[in-house]
Amino acid sequence: MQKNLLIKTGLIIAILLVFLYGIFGFPSSLSGDGLKQAVLNRIHLGLDLKGGLHMVLQVMVNEAVSADTDHVVEALKEEFAKAGIKYADISKPDPQNHPEQIKIQGLEPNGASTLSNIVSDRFRDYDLSGGTQGSYTLTMKPTVVAALKTRTVEQSIEALRQRVDTLGVSEPVIQENGLGNYQILIQLPGVDDPTRVKTILQSTARLELRESRGSAFTSEQAARQSFPNGILPPNMEILPGKERGQTDTVYYVVNRIPVVSGTDIRDARASNKPDTNEPIVDFNLTSAAGRKFAVFTGAHVKDGPDPANLAIVLDGKVISAPSINGQISDSGMIEGGFNEQSAKDLAMLLRSGALPASLRYLSEDVVGPSLGADSIKAGVQAAVAGLLAVLIFMFIYYRGAGVNANVALILNLIILLGFMGYSSAVLTLPGIAGVILTVGMGVDSNVLIFERIREELRNGKAPAAAVDQGFDRAWTTILDTHVTTIVSAIILFFVGSGPVRGFAVTLTFGLLANLFTAVFVSRVIFDTVLSRKKRGEALSI
Amino acid sequence: MEFFRNTNIDFLGKKWYFLGFSLIFSVAGILSMLFWHHIPLGVEFRGGTVVNVKFAHTPDNNHIRNALDKAGLHNAKIQSIGAPGSNEVVITLDQKDTSETDLDAGKRKIIAALETNPQSGKQDLNNNEAVGRAAVREALLARDPLHSATADYDRITEQIVAFRDRNAGGVLTSIDQLKGTVPDAVVESLKQDFYTGDFAVRGGSIVGPQVGDQLKHQANLAIGFSLLGMLAYLWFRFELIYGVAAVVAVFHDTLITIGAFSLTNQEITLTVIAAILTLVGYSMNDTIVVFDRIRENVKLLRRESLAEIVNRSINQTLSRTILTSGLTFLTVLSLFLFGGEVLRGFSFALVIGILIGTYSSIAVAAPMLVAYQEWRASRSGRGTVPVPTPAGSGKGGKVRAKA
Repeated sequence: MQKNLLIKTGLIIAILLVFLYGIFGFPSSLSGDGLKQAVLNRIHLGLDLKGGLHMVLQVMVNEAVSADTDHVVEALKEEFAKAGIKYADISKPDPQNHPEQIKIQGLEPNGASTLSNIVSDRFRDYDLSGGTQGSYTLTMKPTVVAALKTRTVEQSIEALRQRVDTLGVSEPVIQENGLGNYQILIQLPGVDDPTRVKTILQSTARLELRESRGSAFTSEQAARQSFPNGILPPNMEILPGKERGQTDTVYYVVNRIPVVSGTDIRDARASNKPDTNEPIVDFNLTSAAGRKFAVFTGAHVKDGPDPANLAIVLDGKVISAPSINGQISDSGMIEGGFNEQSAKDLAMLLRSGALPASLRYLSEDVVGPSLGADSIKAGVQAAVAGLLAVLIFMFIYYRGAGVNANVALILNLIILLGFMGYSSAVLTLPGIAGVILTVGMGVDSNVLIFERIREELRNGKAPAAAVDQGFDRAWTTILDTHVTTIVSAIILFFVGSGPVRGFAVTLTFGLLANLFTAVFVSRVIFDTVLSRKKRGEALSI
Repeated sequence: MEFFRNTNIDFLGKKWYFLGFSLIFSVAGILSMLFWHHIPLGVEFRGGTVVNVKFAHTPDNNHIRNALDKAGLHNAKIQSIGAPGSNEVVITLDQKDTSETDLDAGKRKIIAALETNPQSGKQDLNNNEAVGRAAVREALLARDPLHSATADYDRITEQIVAFRDRNAGGVLTSIDQLKGTVPDAVVESLKQDFYTGDFAVRGGSIVGPQVGDQLKHQANLAIGFSLLGMLAYLWFRFELIYGVAAVVAVFHDTLITIGAFSLTNQEITLTVIAAILTLVGYSMNDTIVVFDRIRENVKLLRRESLAEIVNRSINQTLSRTILTSGLTFLTVLSLFLFGGEVLRGFSFALVIGILIGTYSSIAVAAPMLVAYQEWRASRSGRGTVPVPTPAGSGKGGKVRAKA
């Protein structure tokens, strides 16, 4: 019995230490401020407590579908022109609601086979139907539409993440919003100037390909000096940039007018050069931009009469300025000193720079730092006041046993907060509600047990037997109440999002901890007290 | 210390009073929801714009109203919140004032309308929507009043922003307030670039119609599914009728709580939904404690009628019920009293919910069991007591007949 109790006590102390570490880590100092800082380092506060910016954006995915069908319409017209086939009209009947549909009307009879050849050759993502009186419908396959829309959202998220990263916000959340279709949720905790942030996110960070002359210069001065008398030609300007892998800013002389801008890029991906296996970035342009680009690159190839570099400019900064190895039309590759990662980065930048679709604000929630601070102060004050009232009452009402309940309750809170520290779970205002319900149910478990023990004592049981019976009988009830609530909390976790989830998480873990503290810990304390008592001595309850 | 010992109150005998009480409050709530205040939804569900503003001096709501009228915002709702002297005002715009394509137009209009003393060429240090650490730091670095290292200005910037947001509650009455916190040279330098406007925007939400509808849908789903989950578990552990009775009791609590919000015309926000979920868990907990005792007594006292057993079970658990409710009520009350404005709706829901939740487990759930049993008896002609299967504990052998 004694040895058994020692093991149990040791286990409780070990758990206490583990979760205390979860709350505080190793605090830098034991002063009030040091401890407070240590807690804030471990436990993540939600936006409602910390202050920050919360936004939901709608990605206008139909625009991406529309861009693809536009490209097909243009390509079809081109192909028909090349083959000398006549048609009345190629257009999209309902571009607003059905951007995936293309209607071809009045196609001359001998064009039918050409059309089906073009579709099976170049546009395998489309279904061709119709044919009566030269009227056809070309529809993007539903699976392709769905995939394109999903990719559009992913690309938008990547683009936004790029922009947020430049802001230096710690722990940003940028993800698909679970609630609606093709929505993005952005949470930027601790942002203290939301207007500026919104401007940055809203600004269409467009990507441009521009003509660049000369190499990278170490200063603006040096860039200027590379021209006669230090005077730039009127159509050129100097833009800052970074050479890959370098930290110092370098300067490039580039043309003011881009050859290709972000909207002209259809797609980009990292791949490897077939012969050397060197990482490169492949990109595709829309057909109109492709023609323009072909003329430009043809005129400025590396070994040609008028060589120039191709500066890749994002937000007015030069990302890289490779030389042009050959003429490029609607697709091409960028090579030059990439490793796998930097090629991926650049491909991603190219894709994200060309935001695939515009974004529309659906909601915005700003919690100013002063408001968040007020909420924390009020919440903590109220929770501490409530907890103190409960602790004092339990002690007065149950005396010795009240101490049990209080120890169990405090340990319960330590485990709950320690868990918050270990996990990436976020403490929100509704999360504090979960903590309050946990405290309520923790007290309840003890009251259930104690009332049962009192009942048994009234019926003439000896203290040890009464404690035994009391815990036994109350256990069924405690289990039922806890499982019921945990079941509903788990459902809430899966159905709900955001604040509701915060509630579900704290509640679930609080109740699990309570099963341990109210039943196991409280029992161990009782047993320890009982083992020191003489036979027949009364129990303080 | 003990408050209750061997009480023997005939709760079931008072079932008509209970029914009357529940009906009065439910019907009053439903009538208010249908014909009076309806269900006053918070802006996150309804859609619209809310801006929380704190003024440097006590604001005159009529002036605010005039300024907003001039800006064309005639339907704006202006509400003073917080303790007197906190100078906080919440301005709410309806959804029709916010267009989907230009969501924050309403907010910009409000801020522009309230701006009374703009100084050209300077930034409003109280405008924390736009002026944060970055702006203060840049201004200080440009002036370099202390001829000091960048790290020093980083630290001073933190001090300035912290003073504004923590000590001054977000709004400074003058830049001179910073004297003593940062060197005087810094204060003088700040005056060159900044002025203190009349107010600070402490927070706010703008919700488009789409998101509001989604959240509403989600909140309904969450409450509905969690009730179903509880019903299923109680069905498994007890009997279907026990689950149904418990869920009806919880539904009764939710209805009356929402009714109370409607009657007092308080907004139901996302945090209030969290409070309602809390009370669902709490009320369910209370009901199960009584049911557990009924289950135990049904096994022990086979000769007594269900009505007697239910009555005895309620009396046996009464001490615990009152204690737990009282203690939880104490916590929630402290939240209501000290929790501040943000938690007001939240703690209001819990204050109502705990009172009603305790009441319903005694006055709604338990009588329902008896009523069901009587109905079945009258239908089949024999008195069948739904005896729950003693699942779980498996300790049936230890139970002892009671005196």
